[in-house]
Amino acid sequence: MTTDIAKTAPAKPSSALRRWLDSDIWWSFTHSKAAMLAAAIFAILIVTAVFAPWFAPQNPYDAAQLDMWKAELPPVWQEGGEWPYLLGTDTQGRDMLSAILYGTRISMIIGLASVALSLLIGMTAGLVAGFFGGFIENILMRIGDITLSIPTILIAILVSTVVRQLLPSDLREIGASAVLVLAIALSSWVQYARTVRAQTIVERSKEYVQAARLLKVPARRILARHILPNTLTPVLVAATLNFGMAILTEATLSFLGIGMPPGQPSLGTLIRIGNQFLFSGSWWIVLFPVIQLCLLVVVVNVLGDWLRDVLNPKLR
Amino acid sequence: MTAMTSQETSALSVSRLVKTFDVSAPWLNRVVERKPRQFLQAVSDISFDVPLGGCLSLVGESGCGKSTVARLVTGLYRPNGGEMRFAPGHDGKPLSAQMIFQDPYASLNPRWRVKNIVAEPIRELKLRKTRAEIDDRVVELLKTVGLSASDGEKFPHEFSGGQRQRISIARALAGEPEFLVCDEPTSALDVSVQAQVLNLMRRLQDQFGLTYLFISHDMSVVRHMSDRIAVMYLGRIVEEGKTEALFARPRHPYTQLLLQTIPNIEKPHRDRVVAGGEVPSPLKPPSGCPFHPRCPIATARCSAELPEVRTLANGTRVACHLAEDA
Repeated sequence: MTTDIAKTAPAKPSSALRRWLDSDIWWSFTHSKAAMLAAAIFAILIVTAVFAPWFAPQNPYDAAQLDMWKAELPPVWQEGGEWPYLLGTDTQGRDMLSAILYGTRISMIIGLASVALSLLIGMTAGLVAGFFGGFIENILMRIGDITLSIPTILIAILVSTVVRQLLPSDLREIGASAVLVLAIALSSWVQYARTVRAQTIVERSKEYVQAARLLKVPARRILARHILPNTLTPVLVAATLNFGMAILTEATLSFLGIGMPPGQPSLGTLIRIGNQFLFSGSWWIVLFPVIQLCLLVVVVNVLGDWLRDVLNPKLR
Repeated sequence: MTAMTSQETSALSVSRLVKTFDVSAPWLNRVVERKPRQFLQAVSDISFDVPLGGCLSLVGESGCGKSTVARLVTGLYRPNGGEMRFAPGHDGKPLSAQMIFQDPYASLNPRWRVKNIVAEPIRELKLRKTRAEIDDRVVELLKTVGLSASDGEKFPHEFSGGQRQRISIARALAGEPEFLVCDEPTSALDVSVQAQVLNLMRRLQDQFGLTYLFISHDMSVVRHMSDRIAVMYLGRIVEEGKTEALFARPRHPYTQLLLQTIPNIEKPHRDRVVAGGEVPSPLKPPSGCPFHPRCPIATARCSAELPEVRTLANGTRVACHLAEDA
């Protein structure tokens, strides 16, 4: 009988979780207090926003739950404050905490969707421009240059105003978030397009791509399976940082009155509404949405910075 | 220019191959700065035959167009002129060419597992049908090049340069080629590892009856590997002949200079003729013989007239006015 040595040769169990826990990224995460703190706060913000109906005392979209007698109540620890209106109410009798949680949800969804859409536009443009070069590259990158030469907020205002006018009036309320996503995406895709194009040009000339070309692999598959995965790292960092920027842009547009309508307030809309009551002494209507917005953006930026440092060894 | 007068059948015959690159400034710059269009002739009028089952080496300094020839032969570049004919392989279709690349760090996709890298040609060329057949073939290929089956699960960065080059060879073999173009496959490796990889390549040549077009700048490597050698200078072949003949009696002054660069353990302090100057820019090639500005024996004729390629009595072809036949 032969011995079993050959059979017992270590078949390394390399599960995905095991490799993740062994990776540099996880090690760096557990050794960065800022990243862990930011991730914890971010997790709380996400959970409370996603499960807002369970956490919020009130559904701020439901007019039947609003009580005009409870309008402009101060936070519960102030004189005149009332349970369960923890952070007070606004002039419609809407509970601020509930409005903030629902507003965070809307802000996050719009931020995520606009980053996803601008990633799609930017990465496609970058891959095509970098891989095929020539005329099509010139066209795409010049469109990008033009976009960059106009301030982001102006493009967003332009797009949202135009699209809003094109929509039939009964769709305007419902389509508001889609319009915002489109406006933010169209003003922020250039950064991804440039990053991906530069990386694509580098990867395109590498020999593993030539080896694939030798096999007559179609360009679409070379782009998707060889080049795209090798351009992802810098794009992921930019996308994380831009998630915070997108939320801010959304808040700015809503603050200017061309974003989410007061019926479905995002954080920006809440700040705009609260801004009107700042001088009448109802500071809580504006302050708490502002704190939530700052917290969200700062946390996302801290995570983005950390990710950039981890993924770029030159900055360490 | 005459074709090689050899009785051996050739796996690939190339005649009067030309490749020009457009290196002009962008259109707007040309208009504004009134710059003319610029063309770089990387390969001019090259003819050679690769003997079936043998190895032809292209040697020359960097920038002489060796790698361009490799990419022309494999079809990565489209030639501007000339002709390439592959002999029919065992299935009647023209021989299929695969390539082994120079840089073992850039030639493997860092995000793919080795087994997927090696399996790519099998999948793309549909050489095996089922997953299990592909997996078996990958293991077989890894063992052929001296790696183990478990190496397939790893990523390229877990290997050394020599091992990566073995993976690269396994990938090239996966396409079941009869013709392999090797673009300086050992120049990025340590000397000790070079020998291992070269011996592996020779073993594979015997085992699978492969034909090699081998590209190198290292004369001692070339001597070890090849049946015939073609010496390139500035996009042209200056001398081509059997390895022994070329080493025994180099005819072209450039070949003589190249051979003197090989270190010799027995005679470390022998007299050498040191080549003056550098390779001229291929954007402005010199008139007449491209080698004349550096040639120790150049005459007035050399700077005026491009030497024809002549076939000498022993079958060596040489492009020099002064190379005598005897």
